[in-house]
Amino acid sequence: MKTRIPILKLNDVLIVSIQWELDDQTAIQFQEDLLNKMHETAALGVVIDLTPIDFIDSFIAKVLGDVINMTGLMGAKVVITGIQPAVAITLIELGIRLNNVMTALDLENGLDKLNKELEA
Amino acid sequence: MKRSSVEIITEWDIVAARQLGRNEAKKAGFGTVDQARITTAISELARNIYLYAGKGRIEIERVTDGGKDGIKVVASDEGPGIPDLRKVMEDGFSTSGGLGAGMPGVKRLMDEFKVISEPNNGTTITATKWLH
Repeated sequence: MKTRIPILKLNDVLIVSIQWELDDQTAIQFQEDLLNKMHETAALGVVIDLTPIDFIDSFIAKVLGDVINMTGLMGAKVVITGIQPAVAITLIELGIRLNNVMTALDLENGLDKLNKELEA
Repeated sequence: MKRSSVEIITEWDIVAARQLGRNEAKKAGFGTVDQARITTAISELARNIYLYAGKGRIEIERVTDGGKDGIKVVASDEGPGIPDLRKVMEDGFSTSGGLGAGMPGVKRLMDEFKVISEPNNGTTITATKWLH
């Protein structure tokens, strides 16, 4: 039972919408798929939308943080969008800080932010 | 009171345990933030069983205490036990390459938290969340 998260390309940006609760394998597969897709498409930025996600535990947080750092190593910028109030509260209470990460309220704002950052 | 449980043997059981937890939290009348807290806490506890003990069990029970309703989560295993309880309650301490957020995080997410652990005699963690 292996599910893969679709990664879409829009100009220089990859767009990922995480639609369901991540299990460990899917999260690790996503890490690899995203880096491969970046390499393949020479994308300059990534937007990861988490709108439907209603909780993030420390494992998923670690995978996300790693993805962001790895993407940075490959010269691209990441924006995380759509973090729900309950997710923000539990992440901080859990003691997890996603530092140095660009975030935005929704996909539209995230794309704006990323495009501005890429133009700068 | 009603009690349900999930045996933790594979990674998929972590997913099953937190789904059960979320459903029970919802049924008990917890709001979305507390549902996320309970689900996250169960995920951390189930993953610790999987990582450190290999197998164990998550039990979820509706509890009442003097008119208060709540949910009690019991994570138990017969693994190696926790050698240094003080260390695992420190933020950022991990022996598995994780974030070290699990145990102190669960304590902060829930209202009550108790660990019983003996070397070579397993670990039982009880965490309760009350409806406010």
